[in-house]
Parts: sequence; structure tokens; C-alpha cells
Amino acid sequence: MRTITICDPSLRDGNHCVKHKIDLDSVARYCKFADEARIPIIEVGHGNGLGASSLLIGQMPHSDFQMLTVARGNLKRTKLGVLVIPGLGTIKKDIQPAIDIGVDVFRVASHVTEADITQKHIEYVRNKGKTAYGVLMMSALANTKILVSEAKKMEEYGAETFLIMDSTGTYMPRDIEDRIKALKDNLSIRIGFHGHNNLGLAIANSLVAVQYGADIIDACIRGFGAGAGNTQLEIIIPVLEQYGFNTDIDFQRVIVEADNVMNYLVKNAPITAPINILTGLHKLFSGFEKPIVKASKLYGLQYSSLIFELGNRKLVAGQEDLILEVAQNLKRRPHEDFTNGWGRIPCPQS
Amino acid sequence: MKITAGIIGTGNIGTDLLVKILKSKSIDFAAFVGRRSDSDGIRKANSMGVNTSINGIDYFVANPKVDIVFDCTDAFTAQRNWTIFQNLGIKVIDLTPAKIGPMCIPIINRDVIITNNNVNMVTCGGQASIPLLNLISICCIDLKYIEIVSQISSKSAGIATRVNIDHYIHTTEDAIRNFTNCKTCKVILNLNPAEPCVDMQTTMFVQAEEIDFGKLQESLNDRIKLVRQYVPNYELVMMPVINEDGTLILGVRVKGAGDYLPSYAGNLDIINCAALNVAERLTA
Repeated sequence: MRTITICDPSLRDGNHCVKHKIDLDSVARYCKFADEARIPIIEVGHGNGLGASSLLIGQMPHSDFQMLTVARGNLKRTKLGVLVIPGLGTIKKDIQPAIDIGVDVFRVASHVTEADITQKHIEYVRNKGKTAYGVLMMSALANTKILVSEAKKMEEYGAETFLIMDSTGTYMPRDIEDRIKALKDNLSIRIGFHGHNNLGLAIANSLVAVQYGADIIDACIRGFGAGAGNTQLEIIIPVLEQYGFNTDIDFQRVIVEADNVMNYLVKNAPITAPINILTGLHKLFSGFEKPIVKASKLYGLQYSSLIFELGNRKLVAGQEDLILEVAQNLKRRPHEDFTNGWGRIPCPQS
Repeated sequence: MKITAGIIGTGNIGTDLLVKILKSKSIDFAAFVGRRSDSDGIRKANSMGVNTSINGIDYFVANPKVDIVFDCTDAFTAQRNWTIFQNLGIKVIDLTPAKIGPMCIPIINRDVIITNNNVNMVTCGGQASIPLLNLISICCIDLKYIEIVSQISSKSAGIATRVNIDHYIHTTEDAIRNFTNCKTCKVILNLNPAEPCVDMQTTMFVQAEEIDFGKLQESLNDRIKLVRQYVPNYELVMMPVINEDGTLILGVRVKGAGDYLPSYAGNLDIINCAALNVAERLTA
């Protein structure tokens, strides 16, 4: 029976659901639960990782380091992880202080085509004796060949695990099969998958990833993550068991906590709303949901028009500023017809 | 007065700068100096009939009769080159992040080239945002926080930029603090691989105790016109707005002139335009 490592980013990706305002008490309480339930890794921080608290994406009421210090104090067995995206977080300002606090796992991420910006950061983390993952976000924007060659770069830099993120929630199970197979054929490190539920497929995609050889799955309690949410923790555990994969997590505690979190951390659990379906189809970062709604209201636009135009501009994660700019400029072109966006459903490149 | 200038470093930046210098009426071009005979830059320069050398810094030791050299190598090499240029009495405009001399944004302090023998051109994000941030700092009482976000096309980011992305962030943050007196600032860089390539775009967020929006609007166009004198394709792409929590937001787009690099590489173009403008100060 193969054991699958579950990484729980509820306290990181979930920050997208609450405009990056998860409070320190929730961090403490959830970490205590995670430790007792034997969740192997939990990821903590701003939705876009270390150094991402900003006017661009959303400011946190406290620093990354306050959040990590609280988490560290409440974890014994469970490893403490962070996401860091070069361009937002730097070694000097963010990674070294996180090492000092006692973070165990650094998941160093870039847009799917930009792996080489992660080299120094991955090398640094490894040299400090910490665990480094290479992560490619927005992976549905590249074909399998590009994905594999970028992932191989991360392996060369020293990443011990490669994680593919479906940040846009665009993949079909067949896309996962194709990509995980290719990654297994070409990489010798462990493979992980991080799903989003924009098309209702996060669980199915995570299962398929495991069936084709992924050893790590990201899952959040109540799916607490950007947009339509992530692979749901309390569902994926029994589903994997049904297919003969072990997670070694205390399922009973997870089920109890999935009710409890509605009173502190989660409050509003993510659902697949119409806007999430559109951002998924048009391959936009799941975390853009709230900025898109805000900009549409501000400039009196239909969110669908804004989504189609943002899809045309092929925004990457971290470009919330351009949502405002595009909305402002759409407003100046009131007679333009965006209804063709409805007939054009882009697919992941094969 | 005419000056004589050379370039060391024959990569994308150096080659684009060469094309720009050859158009300048006040600069006599001395030599385009690299280390590899097979570089695209050297080939391009030879095809234009420019004096080239692959002897690196040794060329200038043997031929020291130049007033100024543009260093387009990398931070490490620029540091080594500087010890030699200093002895030769040659002024250096440094386009690497070596941060040897004072930082320079032409419309704010191009005169530093007169009193200093080494001047640093900061970064593309710095050259794009600081002319406006400096103006904004004049229109604000108690500037509390500045944040800038730049988008550049993946193809315009060379390997040095990619591997040293932290360096870009730290240098740009230092420069913003230096030219605005705002103590807290944050710089974010996004590489976007979309095809056709995206233009360089920089969005600025500013928070202050009080912002004189009327004064800013009055003087913004004049400031942009000043920048356009040396960066012709510099334009306001997002009009200044103040959002619900009092944050001022505005954005610029920088298209390149398409001299050697394609026009989407506005990030490389703007630093070259700025460097040339500073050198021309010596001819005025």
C-alpha cells in the first residue's frame, strides 16, 4: 500500500478567501489540530507566499514572521512549510528570516515557463539543510514538453520534490494523466499535485495524479483556498483509501475539525461559483476572483467581459494591478463587444 | 563640446546602446569591446563598420583616450573593471547592479556625472517609476508607503536578470527610498511569457497622510513630457486614481525604440536611454 503525503496549505491558500486576513488565533488552533491529526506538512502564510503582503495582492494584519512563529509554536510532528515566489519574496528579506524561525519546507515557485528565477532560492534552501520543493504555477498555460523541461531545471537546482500547480483550475483528468506520466518518465524526484476546483475536478484530478505516480497531494480543509477552492482534505483522504492508498492521517479528527473550522478559520467555505468556472476556462489565476469582482463593480462592467479580456492578455499570478488597468481601459471602450468570449473556450495545451 | 565614448559588454544591452550612441550627434564612438568574437553584438557592430575589440578591459588599457565608458557587463565584472578605469581616469556609466557610484535618474540628478567618475543607472523598474514617484513625493505630505509592480516580457529578461532577481528588487527599493525619502517601500517583478510579447508596464501604489491630487494632475503631464525627451515611448497607461482606502494608483507603459532589441523590451530600452542622456550631459 503506497503512502501518499498530504500537504495542507489551508493557512496559506485559504488566505485568498479572506483577503489575506487569517488571524493568529486561527493559525494556532488549526496548527494544533494538524499536529494531532498527523497531517505531514502544513503551509502557512500570505496567499501568494512569503513577502507577498502588499497593496497589489492584499496586506496582512501581521507579518509573515508573526504568523510563522505562532505556527511553529503549535507544531511538534507536522512540518512547517512556506511558499515563496521569487519576484515577490527574496532570500535576504524573507527566506533567511523564515529559516531562523524554524520553517522546514520551502516550496519555491514560479510561473510555469520561468523556472530559472528559482535557482538561487532553491540552492540557498538546500545549502541551509532545509527541504526545497520546486513548484510550477499556472501550469495549464504551457504544454507538457515545456512543463517537463522547466521541471527538470528545478530538479537540477536541487529541488527534492516537484509540485505541479493547477492554479487556474483548468485541467481535465486526461491532462493530469498526460502530465504526471511525462514527469514520472523524465524526473527522478517525487512528484506532487496541487488542484483547484473551478471545474469541479479537484478530487478527480488529485486521484488521477496519484494513480499515475504522484506521491504528494495538496489538500485544504473544506477546500479552503483561492477561487473555487482546493482539493478538499476531508474528501481526498477516504477517496485515496478506497483506491488503496494510505495517508496515515487521523480521518476522524479531520471530519470533526471540518465542522469546527466553520466557527473560526473558514466561516465561508469556497464553492464553485459561476465566476470561478469562467476564470478556470479562461486560465486565470484562481486568486483573481475577488479583484475581478471589485474592479468590475468599480468600473461598472460585467465580470465576464473583464475575464475574457484578461484571458486575452494572458495575465500571470501576481498581476492584480493589470486587472484594474484593463478594467479602466475597457470602460473607455464601451461599445466593444465581448460576447465572442462565450464561444471561445480555451483548452490546456497538450 | 563633443565627447568620446566606448562600450564594454557586447550583450543585448551593450548592442542596443551602441545603435543609440551612433545616432547621437554629440558623442564620438571609440570602441565596442567584448570578449567573444562570436557574439551577436560583435557581429552586428562589425557589420555597421564600428571599431570592435575582443580584448575586454585590456583594450582600454592600451587605448585609454576615451572620456567615458558604458559598462554593460555584469555586477562582478563591473567592479573589477572599475579599479582599472579609475586608474586610467575614464568616467564610467554603470548599467549593471554593481552600485559603485551614486544612483542616477536623469531628470532628477543627471548632474552627478559632472562631479562623479562612476554613476549607476539603477534598474529598469527604477528608471520607469522614480521620475513619477519623485514628483508624487513633492505632492504629498508625509509619504508613508510606496509599492511598485513591473511586468516585463519573459523574452526581454536575460539570464543575469533571472538569476539575480533578488538583486533587482533590493536595488530598486534602495533607489526609491533614496529619491523619495519614503522609508517603507516594496518592489515586485512579474515575468510574463505571453506571445506576442507584452510591453513593459509599471504600476505604482502610494500611501500618504495627505495627497494633493490637483497639484499632481497639473504637473504630471509636464513630468511625463520631460521623461519622453529621452524615452520617446514612455506613456501613462493608467490614469491616477485614489481608491477607497486613499491609495493613489497610476501606471506607465514603456515601449522600446526597436533599435537592436524588439520594441517590447522597453525595460532594456529605458535604461539605455537614461544612460545616454546622462553621458550627453557632459557635452552640454
